[in-house]
Amino acid sequence: MFKQKKSIAKATKNNFITYGILAVMFAGSLIWLESGAMPRQFTKLLVPLCTYSIAAVSLNLVVGVLGDLSLGHAGFMCIGAYSSAVFTNIFADVITNDLLRFFIALLVGGIFAAVFGFLICIPVLRLKGDYLAIVTLAFGEIIKNIFNIVYLGIDKSGLKIAINSSKYTEIMSADGKTIINGAMGITGTSRDSTFIIAFVILFITVAVSLNLINSRTGRAVMAVRDDRIAAQTIGINIPKYKLLVFTIASFFAGLAGVLYAHNLNSFSAGAFDYNASILILVYVVLGGIGNIRGSFIAAIILYALPEILRSVGEYRMLFYAILLIVMMIVNNNDTIIDMRKKLVAKLKKNKHKTTANEGGDI
Amino acid sequence: MALLEVKNLGIVFGGLHAVEGFNLTLEKGSLYGLIGPNGAGKTTIFNLLTGVYKPTSGTFTLDGVKLAGKNPVEISKAGIARTFQNIRLFKNLSVLDNVKLGLHNQMKYSTAEGILRLPRFFSTEKKMNEKAMELLKVFDLENEATTLADNLPYGKQRKLEIARALATNPKLLLLDEPAAGMNPSETQELMDTIRFVRDEFDMTILLIEHDMKLVSGICEEVTVLNFGQELAQGKTSDVLNNPEVIKAYLGD
Ligand SMILES: Nc1ncnc2c1ncn2[C@@H]1O[C@H](COP(=O)(O)OP(=O)(O)O)[C@@H](O)[C@H]1O
Ligand SMILES: [Mg+2]
Repeated sequence: MFKQKKSIAKATKNNFITYGILAVMFAGSLIWLESGAMPRQFTKLLVPLCTYSIAAVSLNLVVGVLGDLSLGHAGFMCIGAYSSAVFTNIFADVITNDLLRFFIALLVGGIFAAVFGFLICIPVLRLKGDYLAIVTLAFGEIIKNIFNIVYLGIDKSGLKIAINSSKYTEIMSADGKTIINGAMGITGTSRDSTFIIAFVILFITVAVSLNLINSRTGRAVMAVRDDRIAAQTIGINIPKYKLLVFTIASFFAGLAGVLYAHNLNSFSAGAFDYNASILILVYVVLGGIGNIRGSFIAAIILYALPEILRSVGEYRMLFYAILLIVMMIVNNNDTIIDMRKKLVAKLKKNKHKTTANEGGDI
Repeated sequence: MALLEVKNLGIVFGGLHAVEGFNLTLEKGSLYGLIGPNGAGKTTIFNLLTGVYKPTSGTFTLDGVKLAGKNPVEISKAGIARTFQNIRLFKNLSVLDNVKLGLHNQMKYSTAEGILRLPRFFSTEKKMNEKAMELLKVFDLENEATTLADNLPYGKQRKLEIARALATNPKLLLLDEPAAGMNPSETQELMDTIRFVRDEFDMTILLIEHDMKLVSGICEEVTVLNFGQELAQGKTSDVLNNPEVIKAYLGD
């Protein structure tokens, strides 16, 4: 009984550290921002940092918790970005309350991405091996290429859609409003993404992920990851849990896409290509596979660093490369992880000595 | 009515008749042994009975319910649980979580209740912890509850697998070489535990084992399998003295 309580306490404590880190980062950034002292170079980073943190945490649900490789996570961001931006542009004059409209836009983007995630996952369920990686890779590229050729506008007679510009100018009346302009993407979406909203969504993503992992569902998912056959023979329905996790992860990727789309004057599908998916995967791997806290910390450091290092000019990418290597070693090398744990344990012990009361084994 | 009724069960792997014409009737509460040389088809029978493989011929019923052709999840829910010859634990999860996973279909709350931390999450998790600790105590593993399954010594991993199987609340428990890799004193202890499980949980147990001391010590009846076919069947002491059986083993 005693030990068991301790394990639950340990998981809770670990989660509290994660929430604590988030809270400190949030408060710090907010105070800095509100004081007006934050340089422009940093203020424009705040929403993207949250966006990529959300993307990394949600991808970690697939890669670290479900144990499947996904190479098309940016594709779900793309779905979220486009669907929500189309919504916002159509309803810009109908729903004038920005906050309400953005809230609906978030739901639209998240749900569209989730539906695609669900549909993408179905054909993969019956296959063993890294088929999810192949299918998601193809999905990401297809989505990007489709959005690259789509033209969508609205005029008096309703929505107009075409897949090349000459056809589009033919069907579209001159006084209409263009929403998706082929490879140029979407311009003029109301810039509703604020740091506070973005952060709240990051917080929700982290909380949902941690609660999911520490629940009956999360256990079942990790059981599938560790041993499919054993999981089946104790009655765990593998397809159900794969679909569930993949759909949830896609939903949050969609939210990240909504934040992205509503943070810029214009964006296009090119932002969600294969490189973007790999970048998010790099955050996950370097933050530690299965480690939710590591995902957003890695995303923040690795996204912000190139910006901060602009001052050192051409050496920028050199520092970036060194940091990548160091993080990879620190988070993924067993010996180093062991050393790190011992160091933390030692620090704790010293603290106990100085406070000189509680003894015992931790 | 017998608990398990296996009739003419068989499977062919690309021309190889791994199991052929296998029959077995298990009464409730029996402790039955399945023995035979390596490659005889013993594990394959377990894979058939748990739905990991689909039989190419024959059928079997549990408590009168036909289970042949059903998938592992359905069979688990119907009441057959097993352990594996090559231990299959959830390595990166704690000992406690491994057993709680066995309770997956016994004690439930929805994903939403888990994510939103609704009252049923807390009450069900509490019940799960209590039940899992109870099972761990039976196998003397309660002090290792927080240890990662992968970090347990071999003998304890085997016991944990049995605890996890029992957590699914089965009617029939299949043990695939439970004493493999154990030293004589561990094996002796395991025999006591298996008997205890049968008596205390009112369990029906079918086990595969190479350790003849264990088999003759706890199994009332055995079937000997050779090249996928039944070689002998009956009371353990009689069968183990059967010259054909001795020949099959020595000739291996
Ligand atoms: N999935 C499979 N595919 C092909 N052959 C198999 C498969 N599973 C088992 N066999 C074969 O069936 C025979 C019986 O194996 P098994 O049941 O594991 O024997 P044992 O009695 O030692 O447990 C062996 O010849 C083995 O190679
Ligand atoms: Mg075997």
